[in-house]
Amino acid sequence: MNIQAYFMRHAQTLVGSLGRVVHQPFATLMTMGVIGLALALPLFLDLALQNVRTATGNWNDALDVSVYMDKRASSARTATVAKLLRQRDDVAAVRIITADQALAQFRDASGFGKALDALEGNPLPDTLIVTPTLIAGTPQGMEALKGAIAAMADVQTVQLDTDWVKRLRAMLDLLRRVVVLTGGLLGAGVVLIVGNTIRLEILNRRAEIEVMKLVGASDGFARRPFLYSGIWYGLGGGLTALILVFIAGAVLSKPVEGLARLYGSQYHLVGLGFLTCLRVLALSLGLAWLGSWLAATRHIRGIDPT
Amino acid sequence: MIRFDQVHKRYATGREALAGVSFTIDTGEMVFLTGPSGAGKSSVLKLIALIERPTRGQVFVNNQNTSGIKPRRIPQFRRGLGVVFQDHKLLHDRPVADNVALPLIIAGFHKREIDKRVRAALDQVGLLGKERNRPLELSTGEQQRVGIARAVVAKPALLIADEPTGNLDPQLSVEIMKLFKRFNEVGVTVVVATHDVHLIEQFGARRIVLGDGRVASS
Repeated sequence: MNIQAYFMRHAQTLVGSLGRVVHQPFATLMTMGVIGLALALPLFLDLALQNVRTATGNWNDALDVSVYMDKRASSARTATVAKLLRQRDDVAAVRIITADQALAQFRDASGFGKALDALEGNPLPDTLIVTPTLIAGTPQGMEALKGAIAAMADVQTVQLDTDWVKRLRAMLDLLRRVVVLTGGLLGAGVVLIVGNTIRLEILNRRAEIEVMKLVGASDGFARRPFLYSGIWYGLGGGLTALILVFIAGAVLSKPVEGLARLYGSQYHLVGLGFLTCLRVLALSLGLAWLGSWLAATRHIRGIDPT
Repeated sequence: MIRFDQVHKRYATGREALAGVSFTIDTGEMVFLTGPSGAGKSSVLKLIALIERPTRGQVFVNNQNTSGIKPRRIPQFRRGLGVVFQDHKLLHDRPVADNVALPLIIAGFHKREIDKRVRAALDQVGLLGKERNRPLELSTGEQQRVGIARAVVAKPALLIADEPTGNLDPQLSVEIMKLFKRFNEVGVTVVVATHDVHLIEQFGARRIVLGDGRVASS
């Protein structure tokens, strides 16, 4: 067989299988839709995670350490501690919020003014807001700084604001695994869906396959149109998934930006990149091809002319 | 061309179709395989086309012991012979030309060569001009001729036919047999299984008569 005829034949089979796929639009769209949904779900979750990560990604740098002084410590002592802290290499800045300032702020912000007036003294301690240097802003560096401050005299409590970020990170990591797991399961589902669709197609065309084998077709030859059907399903399913995710993104982008604005942020949704789209299509094609290959190889081998 | 050597065939159902069949068919011969139904005619043809394998004994086709042909090699083997079926076994969703072209497509011929050969084969069976028709738009006799055109389009040296006239009236049957005779005259070895004794009496070809899974006369 010469090369030109070989490619010609493949091209014809490819177009022929497209013709058959288009010939049953309802069944085809159903299959593509199921593949699309199965792929859109993990893709959507992954994108959501990516957005949360991006949105929270630069918070680590701007983290401060809140240092609450002992209530009995004098304001002179607070100033001394602040001075000592400023001398440290890992501290970029220290801001003092005196007990009086804190009370005033609380009075303005909380609306409990009257209730506060009823208190005999100021229940709030002096507070130092310590900003670590960028280099010290690692989890380990922050822990070290926290330990060092906690060991200083007259310091009541040191609160590291990284704790909740760490929990968020851990949660995101967990979610990421869930997404990967879900993706794996749904990917296997795509293989099975396409496999089953192709199996039914083969059963429908059993007589035709028998005839082809009788006139000398190899299993590979008889299998080829089904592999191409699988490729079309994969392509259609992948495109469906991308369209679904784009629609979800369009629906969510306004509310997300609104929400971000409430937090004083100019955050915009991270969408699907061109490369990601290509990867999704390649993955969809690959899974569908695998499904059709498994089904076609197995079921065509079982068809023998009688 | 074909040699059966003490061939036994017992099917999974327990039916013994062939019980020690031996015969030889020379290259270029035309042979009628005949006998009552159930005598083993179809089994002989299936063994030749490697649709079945002998339980015992050996089948030689083209001086090749078929027991040595691995399943992977069967497609290649089948491309070397033309088979005609009683029920035509055509693909009804494709035009006549595509049906006839199938063996050439499988063998990987060039499109131009395929078109040329398909037209030649259809011409030989008198169906030129029906290329674009669907098989079901044709009469039974014409459908059978499409089946014959498909069997000869790749120019096999061996043509086998299982009851090719089973569904045809006597006049059409004679025409079909004449067609086989014509292929035989240009050098093709032809084996036709048929129970229609009256029909083959009009043709002076050799007969192998089967009865109860054995060769009754040759």
